[in-house]
Amino acid sequence: MATQTLATPRAGRAPARQTPSNRPGKRIKPSRVIATVIVAVLAVTWLVPFAWATITALKSETEAAATPITIVPPSGFTFDAFAKVLKEGNIPAWTWNSLFTSALITAITLVISALAAYALSRIDFRGKKLLMVGIIASLIVPPPVLIIPLFYQMVAFHMVDTYWGIILPQVIAPAMVFVLKKFFDQIPHELEDAARVDGAGRVRIFWQVVLPLSRPILAAVAIFVFIGAWNNFLWPFIVTNDSSMLTLPVGLQTIKSAYGIQYAQNMASALLAALPLIVVFLFFQRQIIKGISTTGLAGT
Amino acid sequence: MSTSITKSATGHAADNTHAVRRKRDALHGWGFMAPFLAFFLLFLIWPLIHGVIMSFTGKSLTGANSAFLGFANYLEALGDADMWHSMGNTLYFTVISTVPLVIVALAMAALANMGLPAQWLWRLSFFAPFLLASTVVSMFFTWMFNPQLGLINDVLGKVGIPPVDWLNNPDVAMWSIVIATLWWTVGFNFLLYVAAMANIPVQHYEAAALDGAGGWRQFFSITLPQLTPTTVMIVILQVLASLKIFDQVYQMTGGGPGGATRTVVQYIFESGFTGYRLGYSSAISYIFFALIVVVSVAQFFVTRTKPTRKRSA
Repeated sequence: MATQTLATPRAGRAPARQTPSNRPGKRIKPSRVIATVIVAVLAVTWLVPFAWATITALKSETEAAATPITIVPPSGFTFDAFAKVLKEGNIPAWTWNSLFTSALITAITLVISALAAYALSRIDFRGKKLLMVGIIASLIVPPPVLIIPLFYQMVAFHMVDTYWGIILPQVIAPAMVFVLKKFFDQIPHELEDAARVDGAGRVRIFWQVVLPLSRPILAAVAIFVFIGAWNNFLWPFIVTNDSSMLTLPVGLQTIKSAYGIQYAQNMASALLAALPLIVVFLFFQRQIIKGISTTGLAGT
Repeated sequence: MSTSITKSATGHAADNTHAVRRKRDALHGWGFMAPFLAFFLLFLIWPLIHGVIMSFTGKSLTGANSAFLGFANYLEALGDADMWHSMGNTLYFTVISTVPLVIVALAMAALANMGLPAQWLWRLSFFAPFLLASTVVSMFFTWMFNPQLGLINDVLGKVGIPPVDWLNNPDVAMWSIVIATLWWTVGFNFLLYVAAMANIPVQHYEAAALDGAGGWRQFFSITLPQLTPTTVMIVILQVLASLKIFDQVYQMTGGGPGGATRTVVQYIFESGFTGYRLGYSSAISYIFFALIVVVSVAQFFVTRTKPTRKRSA
């Protein structure tokens, strides 16, 4: 019996991942050892920028700029750089700006995209085909092409240096409309018909039948949109000027030039900016990875 | 609550004639579309049209001189050496970034697919950088690329390689940007490959193993061919993403040294916001747009030559 449980014990923890290379019998093949070493080296290499930034941020400015460079500074590590950046810099304000605008972008995108996707998926109306073609065609438009006229428009709307100026142009996500449409297409019509027999109207069906069934895909789209908005540089960079209105990525860019050669504070700021998403990622790793894999192809 | 339900139920029963129903569907359809369409028209279609209009004028950020110029902006752009230089830089970056971003992602995914220990750890480390803002990535790498104090030159020095001026040497700077970009975004392609590999039926491998095919053989005869649609998709997405590069370059080198890394998007930005020439900048935008369209159409036809049903995205 025991010998019949073919898949190696390890495979239980990582289902679907295992391939015949870990067949029993040939226990430790040299190829697997080599592969493990390569992967380990790659993974460690990929962590180096994080590690080096952390080490630098924990040094004093003098030691961060000292040669020869050291891993552990002679006078030990210090949180001075973090403290200084948090106390004197604009990081807390920028974090709030990023959080607020990204949350609103995500919420608006989700609502308008889901409504549109539902119409495209379920309702027959004149002009639908044309709309589909138009929205699909718009996928080809590279956002940088729009920055000049959009900025001009923001000036006319008096939205430069405002939250709405950051938010509104970022809520159009044609790719997400199609991701949602594809999901809605798969929801059995019977469920809606049953609700209709019970007297529910379109809005009610959408709200009480379709949306609850679509939670996983809504979450995936939300994650994807939020990360994109949180990290977007070009548009907030164009539409904001006032130091109090900047988002984190744009604010960091100004720090770089303002602090000049204060390497420890630079790295402390960068790490503080990276922290929120890294924490979110550690908690929702599986959902995020799944979300990226399902929405990703249609995304960027 | 319950009364309103019964009311609408009787209402439905009454208007179930064909014409009424079609009218209602039209109302619902456009009603559901309306919020999206409002934003779509206001912040995508209108700027797109307005950009074309501006590109035929001498409009400047100061508001002066918005006279109609015909194709003058386009003709000027086509004769503008800086424009061609930035276009060349963009294509150069696209080529030298797409190749490693696809191959390294594939290698990482193939390794991850072998069922080696500590899966979560390298998945995390390969993918985590993708969650960073471009500015954070640029700061990390600007610091590591620092010629005197940077970690990279320090490590190279220990194995006897002379220091490299990563961001200030015109021959090296673009490659440095590629290194930073690889670190930043390869995790995304990696995830797409991992997802695709998980969908390859295990039976293929079992059959191959019975026939005595080893790991390499299985990779080249099963994994790689099965991944072809994914690879095509990833290459397309990567080329289109690379063509739009701006952030890292602007942040790490500012387009320098001497314009050696300035890309088209940066040139659009600079002629519009530094040079205040919105009209000229729009003209370059549309030349860039034309390039994107040409690449997309070309890729569409390349991928269509094999009439399979992989219209996944």
